[in-house]
Amino acid sequence: MDVKTGFFFLFSAVLLFAAFRVITARNPVHAVLFLMLSFSQASAIWLLLKAEFLAITLVLVYLGAVMVLFLFVVMMLDIKIDQLRQGFWKHLPLAVTLGAVVVLEMAAVLLTGFRVSDEPAVAQVIGQPVTDVDNAKELGILLYTEYVYPIQVAACILLVAMIAAIALTLRQRKDSKAIDPSIQVRVRASDRMSIVKVETTRAAPPAAAPEENKP
Amino acid sequence: MTLTLGHYLTLGAALFAIAVVGIFLNRKNLIVLLMAIELMLLAVNLNFVAFSHYLGDMHGQVFVFFILTVAAAESAIGLAILVLLFRNKSSINVDELNTLKG
Repeated sequence: MDVKTGFFFLFSAVLLFAAFRVITARNPVHAVLFLMLSFSQASAIWLLLKAEFLAITLVLVYLGAVMVLFLFVVMMLDIKIDQLRQGFWKHLPLAVTLGAVVVLEMAAVLLTGFRVSDEPAVAQVIGQPVTDVDNAKELGILLYTEYVYPIQVAACILLVAMIAAIALTLRQRKDSKAIDPSIQVRVRASDRMSIVKVETTRAAPPAAAPEENKP
Repeated sequence: MTLTLGHYLTLGAALFAIAVVGIFLNRKNLIVLLMAIELMLLAVNLNFVAFSHYLGDMHGQVFVFFILTVAAAESAIGLAILVLLFRNKSSINVDELNTLKG
């Protein structure tokens, strides 16, 4: 058992423990913190798999941005946790049984089913083996040659997500007395005051039709 | 004992199963549901990276890149909707989300 195997088991044990605590923690803030721990362990495992760029992306994007967003939202909400945990213990036996069955079956299949590819293969990027090129460079070569249009689509998705998130949460307060300086600067006298010409003498209106005098 | 592809795939399966169990257990808590979905995506990404390493194919890592992009967009919009929901209902209980009578 070499060092890499030992590290793999260490990281996966912490990862599974943290994931378990994410779904069982009483306090949602603790759940988010355990989620951060599990993402960091996953990035360490990706380092073992020689995916350095994705590992650092996971740390930067997920731990740095998405999880902090989660943390902000969780801290902003006033959650009544007792009401939300109704049925937790009732569903526990069924859920644990189901999860154990899934894990055992998948492990039985997966641990024996992929004997063909025990040795890591060396990737080929534009004709040269990957051992000469570092991971970020080969990923970049692929992304900006073969995947140019998907990259643009992904950028559009991020833009749409940003606009949607802002548009959803932005609101105008009804009791706000804020004033717009540009409107104040552009104001003219006719906006504030209007002059009404009133006739000083006015002809008497014609006498009412003598309908009420009718029988 | 050396690491095989099966080890990584089993780890991914265990992570995915934990996330499914989490969805079972916390059916009322919307924010834990979102976190369980993040865990599921992480398990899928782990499988992609493991296959990419053992089959020597970089396209798997490109796929993980795009999954990360979409997952970030999804969680941002999901959290925005959650905030909006909490503003309107003062609760994130899934059982109370029955306005559409679906």
